Amino acid sequence: MKKHFLDITKEHCPMTFVKARLKLDDMEKGDELEILLCEGEPLDNVPKTIEECGCRVISLDRAGQFHRLKVRK
Amino acid sequence: MDKKEKLSLIVFSGDFDKAIAAFTLATGAAATNREVNMFFTFWGLNIIRKNKGRAFTGSGVLARTFNFLMGGVKKLPLSRFNFLGISPKLMTYMMKKKNVATLDELIEAAKALKINFIACEMAMQILEIKKEDLIDEVKAVVGVPTFLDLAKDGMTLFI
Repeated sequence: MKKHFLDITKEHCPMTFVKARLKLDDMEKGDELEILLCEGEPLDNVPKTIEECGCRVISLDRAGQFHRLKVRK
Repeated sequence: MDKKEKLSLIVFSGDFDKAIAAFTLATGAAATNREVNMFFTFWGLNIIRKNKGRAFTGSGVLARTFNFLMGGVKKLPLSRFNFLGISPKLMTYMMKKKNVATLDELIEAAKALKINFIACEMAMQILEIKKEDLIDEVKAVVGVPTFLDLAKDGMTLFI
């Protein structure tokens, strides 16, 4: 199982979703991805989108001014 | 698993800003697990030409002139305040400065997300554009019935 990291705090719609999706597509089943994201649209929709893609949200925590989302493919 | 939602876009416009709108919607939809079709017709075909600048495509004088004047993705005009082609460059500069995806980046994202690019057979006939004049990601050249079959049971937008 590999661990991956993705920072989308500087991205805007639709690239927040696009980058998360493409990263997940590159990962193997069972790999873990940590995503650093902002409040608003990314926080409201990236976790939901990831679950719709068949991945599992492990945790979602505040990380300073951002949020840290951990998911497993 | 539930059947995927579907978004089909009829990309009629060859305007720079409308192309950005079309690709923003398309990539956002594909990234959020929707099936996406982009049907390029008339001026929208300029976005997916292999030749990004100006080129004399076709055999007839009118078609060659039209195709040269329209050009490819690097020559798309802004729908308002184009100012002889300066505005799209300024807009791209502003987008980069604000860290917003440019049209080139959105097109690359659409390819990476395997969005279904299809081209209008009738418009290509009029403008004397061949499939080999379009980017390799264009899967098929189709007519209205095929597009309607692809778009069936989903949302369709005209841009």
